[in-house]
Amino acid sequence: MSGMIIEGKTGRWEIVCGLEIHCQIISKSKMFSGASTHYGSDPNENVSFVDAGMPGMLPVLNEECVRQAVKTGLGLNAKINKYSEFARKNYFYADLPQGYQITQFKYPLVGEGKVKIELDDGSSKEIGIERIHIEQDAGKSIHDISPDKSFIDLNRAGVGLMEIVTKPDFRSPEEAGAFLRKLRSIVRYLGTCDGNMDEGSMRCDVNVSVRKVGEDGFRTRNEMKNVNSVKFVMQAIESEARRHVETYENGGTIEQETRQFDPNSCTTKVMRKKEFAHDYRYFPEPDLPPLVIDEAFIEQVRSEMVELPDVRQERFVRELGLTRYDASVLCENKETADWFEQAAQGHDAKKVANWMMGDFFALLNEKKLSLEESPISPANLGKLVDLIAEGVINGKTAKDVFALMAESGEAPDKIVEEKGLKQVTDTGAIEAIIDMVLTANPENVAAYKAGKTALMGWFVGQVMKESRGKANPGMVNKLLAQKLG
Amino acid sequence: MTDLTKLTIAEARSGLRKKEFTAVELTKAYIARMEKKRGLNAYVCETPEQALDMAAESQKKIDAGTGGDLEGISLGIKDLFCTKGIQTTACSNILKGFVPPYESTVTFKLLAAGANFLGKLNMDEFAMGGSNETSAFGPVINPWSKGVPLVAGGSSGGSAAAVAARMCAAATGTDTGGSIRQPSAFCGVTGIKPTYGRCSRYGIVAFASSLDQAGPIAKDVRDCAILLKNMAGYDAKDATSAKINVPDFEQFLGQDIRGLKVGLPKEFRVEGLNADVAACWDRTTDMLRSRGAEVVEISLPHSKYALATYYIIAPAEASSNLARYDGLRYGCRVDGKHLDDMYINSRSAGFGTEVKRRIMIGTYVLSAGYYDAYYLKAQKVRRLIRDDFARAFEKCDLILTPTAPGAAFPIGDKSMNSNPIQMWLNDIFTVSISLAGLPALSLPAGLSAEGLPLGMQLVGKAFDEATVFKAASALEQDIDFGSVK
Repeated sequence: MSGMIIEGKTGRWEIVCGLEIHCQIISKSKMFSGASTHYGSDPNENVSFVDAGMPGMLPVLNEECVRQAVKTGLGLNAKINKYSEFARKNYFYADLPQGYQITQFKYPLVGEGKVKIELDDGSSKEIGIERIHIEQDAGKSIHDISPDKSFIDLNRAGVGLMEIVTKPDFRSPEEAGAFLRKLRSIVRYLGTCDGNMDEGSMRCDVNVSVRKVGEDGFRTRNEMKNVNSVKFVMQAIESEARRHVETYENGGTIEQETRQFDPNSCTTKVMRKKEFAHDYRYFPEPDLPPLVIDEAFIEQVRSEMVELPDVRQERFVRELGLTRYDASVLCENKETADWFEQAAQGHDAKKVANWMMGDFFALLNEKKLSLEESPISPANLGKLVDLIAEGVINGKTAKDVFALMAESGEAPDKIVEEKGLKQVTDTGAIEAIIDMVLTANPENVAAYKAGKTALMGWFVGQVMKESRGKANPGMVNKLLAQKLG
Repeated sequence: MTDLTKLTIAEARSGLRKKEFTAVELTKAYIARMEKKRGLNAYVCETPEQALDMAAESQKKIDAGTGGDLEGISLGIKDLFCTKGIQTTACSNILKGFVPPYESTVTFKLLAAGANFLGKLNMDEFAMGGSNETSAFGPVINPWSKGVPLVAGGSSGGSAAAVAARMCAAATGTDTGGSIRQPSAFCGVTGIKPTYGRCSRYGIVAFASSLDQAGPIAKDVRDCAILLKNMAGYDAKDATSAKINVPDFEQFLGQDIRGLKVGLPKEFRVEGLNADVAACWDRTTDMLRSRGAEVVEISLPHSKYALATYYIIAPAEASSNLARYDGLRYGCRVDGKHLDDMYINSRSAGFGTEVKRRIMIGTYVLSAGYYDAYYLKAQKVRRLIRDDFARAFEKCDLILTPTAPGAAFPIGDKSMNSNPIQMWLNDIFTVSISLAGLPALSLPAGLSAEGLPLGMQLVGKAFDEATVFKAASALEQDIDFGSVK
């Protein structure tokens, strides 16, 4: 049971939450025009006559956007609708040049699907996808340049979006957070969306209501628009749910309204009351024929699918012997999983995973480096693991070698060679050191022989120190035991 | 020398090839005619210099034997077509001063075929009207007016009047519910609305996207055939344009019509049908019959709902299509304190009464709570109307009906202007065909008792303009309208 229960004065309450996530589709050009989608261009640089809503201009569907949405649908185990329709959502705003948004209403491109999420207690849960429809983004209004003027940037106007609508399946902030991370991981794996909530390429609307535990049906929900981080989504759900419980328990009612989450105060406030809700006057877009795709198109997209995180995680556990936890951490991000697989190729995967999740991630964190900026290559990490396995270096030396690799980017075998860090496994050489240590410490030898066997550890330490850490600890133990008889 | 403006395009083309006159002489003749007939108010923007420059270029091509299909032919362009570098207003104050930086596909094709443009032609504002009286530039006077100035019809009133008054060799028009056919009938010229999807709508200021179609208005059937061939064709920039081969329509002219089945819809034979119109219908029916066509009665049972259906669907689409005229990026802007004020001020000042009326109706029928009763029902009836035609065309190859319920009426006519529905009744014979997306040609077929032209309409199956042209050319010979007037 992963749901969050709010203990109220009148009883126990559960949270009911659904999400609507707008994902900017990765495509070279916009959804209905040939203008570039490049992020970071000068204002109004990427604007075609269609995007600017010039008279007589007509939308033409970019097939790539359809392909990307279908791919996302397949990634969310969803039904792909071979017949879908575009519709116009009418409203006036300065950054909406046509006076309507082309979207899908009655007939979305993608129907029901499901996504499995893993929770911290090790349990998992299935979250239902209601639908995914495709639509165009609006431009940006900029109000903070001048006190009495607004500025409009239409670069984003017409960029393709996928709106992913979930079923009201979330019962806790944690579930919603896990879902968003999973969704982000999936779209990034698929290359259909950047998933950057802070840059706005993934934006989340949160619907929350509460009900008494055991109660049927749903109570009135409130929607919080554009919550722009996973953390804020989780905070917004909790604070809004608590507000609902408090309202009900104080004899109040919840009105359907649009609210805004303020991350500073961790509270929500009213944005738009129901009576001021827009009437969007949806109707079928007459400039675009219905979107009809065939099985061949879907199969083509399916054939381009990459292995998704769930499947990959499963494979890491099954074939590489990783723990479920390690596999899930390594698979969350496609680049990380790719890096790991390269490093583990031909080496002990479990040990590679340990190194990656330990020293390697610590290094990247400490130096604030991304994976591709890593000074250590996947192949070299694999080699390091091999050097330990083959007994060339011991674990302690390996840490030093790793530090040197991080500094120079050199291969571990080269470092070991040049610095003379090779483990000493030559019995004669170790014996010589042991003899030297025993000769220098006759009183301890006597004490040991008199029964103070706990001194064995001290002898081992002395020998290792004399060998500058290079002696094979197993052999040192064995030979010392023989000599001290 | 004969008056060059009396020549049809076919005759002028032959004269140019035979070097009987030059393209510049031909163009000058039309320019002189434009000046002489300026009082008709057919043009809202004249471009004689550009036309002459282009005619000079055309002459070089004619001399070199590389001339296009319309080389050196002077056309008038309805002000709904965006013409690069030439003011395009849709005869609305909201677009006054707007100069498009792009060319509509249809005008682009005409230019590519060698035509030159004498200017932009008057029309009802945004093509909404049946008398050209809603134009921001004032009404066009029908060249047939004797004492009282008569309307030229609408919305392509300027196009029909300019052709009738020989102020251009031919003109482009657009037809949403009868806007090519009705003014053609009122002015005694020939015009065809091709099948929906034949001509690209790219660059044509949109009125009702699912109905708008471009077509020619010309002196005779042959000129319509020549022009349509040069206007039609698939265009990747219009998702609703048809990927269907465009035949050389001229080849069908003069073909035998023996055995052709001509349908007369019984529902159009309404009680109290104007006697002149009824006589004209009978006369043309006899002409076809005596040429060996078989006349059959057909039924279009849902046509009585066509006008109501049209006046829901067309305004609905228009209310959305005209949302882009918000004063923000181009055209008329009247500032206000807030964004909403600016919208209200600009649109109040920029749009005329009929356009406002239709925006209001369209907004209403798409509103929450009314959508199902109006828009959705209208869409269903539209389907039934289409099905009516499909069934009728199982019994016949072509349908013959009057174009309009009467002849041209006086400008400012009280009964027409007392009630908008009275004006809309002018479309009674044309709208059902528009709703079905079928091709229909209007040709002058006789005179009313007052000596005003009456038009007959030939309706074909979808993309079967060929049969329409075949029958129209036969009728044209028998009617001999040229000698009537």
